[in-house]
Amino acid sequence: MDKNLLLDVKGISKSFPGVKALSDVSFSVETGEVHAIVGENGAGKSTLMNILSGGYGPDEGSVFFQGKELKLKNTRDAQESGIAMIHQELSLAPHLSIMENIYIGRLETNKLGYVNYKKMAEKCKLQLECIGIRDIDPRRKVKDLSVSQMQMVEIAKALSLEAKLLIMDEPTSSLTSSETEMLIAIINSLKASGVSILFISHRMEEVFRISDKITILRDGQYIKTIEKKDAEVKQVLSLMVGREFDKAYNRAKNVFTGKPILEVKGLRDKSRIKDISFEVHPGEVVAITGLVGAGRTEVIQTIFGVNKKIEGEILVDGKKVNIKSPIDAIKLGIGLIPEGRKTQGLCLDMTVRENISMSNLQIQDHKHMMDLKQEISNAEEYIQKLSIKTPGMEQKIKYLSGGNQQKAIISRWLLNKPKILFLDEPTHGVDIGAKSEIYEIIDELSKSGVGIVLISSELPEVLMLADRILVMHEGMIKGELGHHEATQENIMEYAANQF
Amino acid sequence: MCIVISLLTPYFFTVSNIFNVLRQISVIAILAVGEALIIITGGIDLSVGNVLGLCGVILAVLAGLGLSPITLIILTIAFGCFVGLINGFLVAKIKINPFIVTLGMMSIARGIALLITGGMPIAIKNGINYLGGGYIGPVPFPVIIMFAIIIMGMVFTKRFLVGRNIYAVGSNERAAKLSGIPVDFTKMIVYIITGGLCALAGIILSGTLNNASPASGQGYELDVVAAVVIGGASLSGGEGTIIGALLGAAIMGVLRNAFVLVGVSAYWQIVTIGLVIIAAVAIDSIKNLKNE
Repeated sequence: MDKNLLLDVKGISKSFPGVKALSDVSFSVETGEVHAIVGENGAGKSTLMNILSGGYGPDEGSVFFQGKELKLKNTRDAQESGIAMIHQELSLAPHLSIMENIYIGRLETNKLGYVNYKKMAEKCKLQLECIGIRDIDPRRKVKDLSVSQMQMVEIAKALSLEAKLLIMDEPTSSLTSSETEMLIAIINSLKASGVSILFISHRMEEVFRISDKITILRDGQYIKTIEKKDAEVKQVLSLMVGREFDKAYNRAKNVFTGKPILEVKGLRDKSRIKDISFEVHPGEVVAITGLVGAGRTEVIQTIFGVNKKIEGEILVDGKKVNIKSPIDAIKLGIGLIPEGRKTQGLCLDMTVRENISMSNLQIQDHKHMMDLKQEISNAEEYIQKLSIKTPGMEQKIKYLSGGNQQKAIISRWLLNKPKILFLDEPTHGVDIGAKSEIYEIIDELSKSGVGIVLISSELPEVLMLADRILVMHEGMIKGELGHHEATQENIMEYAANQF
Repeated sequence: MCIVISLLTPYFFTVSNIFNVLRQISVIAILAVGEALIIITGGIDLSVGNVLGLCGVILAVLAGLGLSPITLIILTIAFGCFVGLINGFLVAKIKINPFIVTLGMMSIARGIALLITGGMPIAIKNGINYLGGGYIGPVPFPVIIMFAIIIMGMVFTKRFLVGRNIYAVGSNERAAKLSGIPVDFTKMIVYIITGGLCALAGIILSGTLNNASPASGQGYELDVVAAVVIGGASLSGGEGTIIGALLGAAIMGVLRNAFVLVGVSAYWQIVTIGLVIIAAVAIDSIKNLKNE
């Protein structure tokens, strides 16, 4: 056996209810290697990292670390074996000091449990110096640090555990470019001292700058591992998206001109959206795509009046409008099917009927006294129209399947007869059957003249449905593609900002 | 439960005792209607007892000015609503945890009541006492008010949009907001209603006693929250009914009455009510565990 081999992953599979997140993934990492894992949203990167760091166990397959098979029950097991993970959302305790965070669970104490802060501070200072940080007092509270400094603390914590393998999930996603430079310098020095690093990123420039090898995952499958020196950005991108295009449903697409139903000019909010302008015509399906975190959801939620905008104009039917809250948007004929069915869509404890009617009731003429007969007949109509499978409209919605829950939320908005409809990841987590039903609904709405804005990370879905595609990257629209010129590759290039 | 009690004591099922129990629970039940609305939105109001006491004192002061009963009712209820508005504003707009807001209000209301009265009860000599002490035939007037409030509460939650929105806000605030529900307004309105009901309960209680004491209503918040919870509401919001709150108040009232009639130590009744509260929630919780 190669004695440089640090980590060897063999045939790992993992399923969650309804999805196969990973199937038969194998790859290996050598000592002192920087190994990038790349793939689209939902390719299984995070699941893989969680398995390696003890977050959950694989259904099949095994992991060998330093020649021994690993059986991890929790993250503590992983840390003791020498694997530490740095999560995308940092997992530090903000109200504790740097040193307390680093030595949490292993504080420097005497036999009575009295904490020797002085000794710990000295130890911590040395630890921080190892990664080139000399100017921070270990007694400072973590909440007063910048995001990059917090990340450094996480790294110091991992190293204090004598980690041989450091797993980093999107480490640069919240860093500025100079902070990113610092992180890259640290990664290089760690590498020189023999620590291996496995990192997830979708920023191609970084992947190509720091990694030695690149492993590509797609739809939970292992695709290929390539040496950085033999790889090209285009090749990696096409391997990431290269699945066969699902032709099961194809929508007749058009080029739209004339008077738009929705115009957005120079939209900006206080953090995520920088300068967004676009228009939607009646009957047009405009897709906004891009990587998670590009600001897609923020754009539509800001237009819809959920978040505050700082600058920008919104015109509906050519008239300038002032949308201060969702009810204003709803009255103008705008609908929003949010991402995250359970977090933003459903009232789980309420019935199917109540979930369907909850928005429409707000805009009735004589709304204060509810018209229950009308409500029941509306619910009946849409349960039938969208073939929502439920024992009855009085069933609590939490007992329905994901696809049927989603159709109930779509009914909620169709009931308002919108002129403009925003759909945010409408097919996320629904089965294939419900997916194509949702595609059909989108097509029918567009035929009846509704202007549609679709947010989706699934490129085949975008290509199948959209008349026009806007690609976002870090709060800006980086590319606009007509349906005839768009391919998965050029969308990904815009999304990763490779132009 | 009532059958067991009536076997133990034949006096339980007499008309006068039933009305007696109903009269005893009327104040708690009226407060529980408001508390249920708040708990359904996912909030809580700990100030109900002390706001009741303060409203009684305000009533007594106003009654001393020789105002007519109708004017007194309107002014006292308006005052209660105003206190509720302060609670609701702090919870909905300033986004302070309702537990903290109403804990503070609890102390403020008690303090103001003591400042006004100097700690001494104020006698009330006014026709308004009829609301608390009067009878229509054999039926005590507070019982009639209680049933009226319960029915209004049921109609409010079942037929009125605001009543429906209360459930949506408690079940998923984000989804409610995205559906165009005015979340802040919905939260404020339940505190205002509860404030008004505290005033009504305060009028009844001082009418029963013919005076307003700054100490009246003290500790009621626990009985009120208990009634709502026994009635099936969830403190995390989204669940609960008005009729449940009435049943919760009734169960506690019947237990208290039974212990007196059977002649068991009053201390045991305190222990038993604690057990009932835990048991009611435990049954629900175990049911949920099995569903998972």
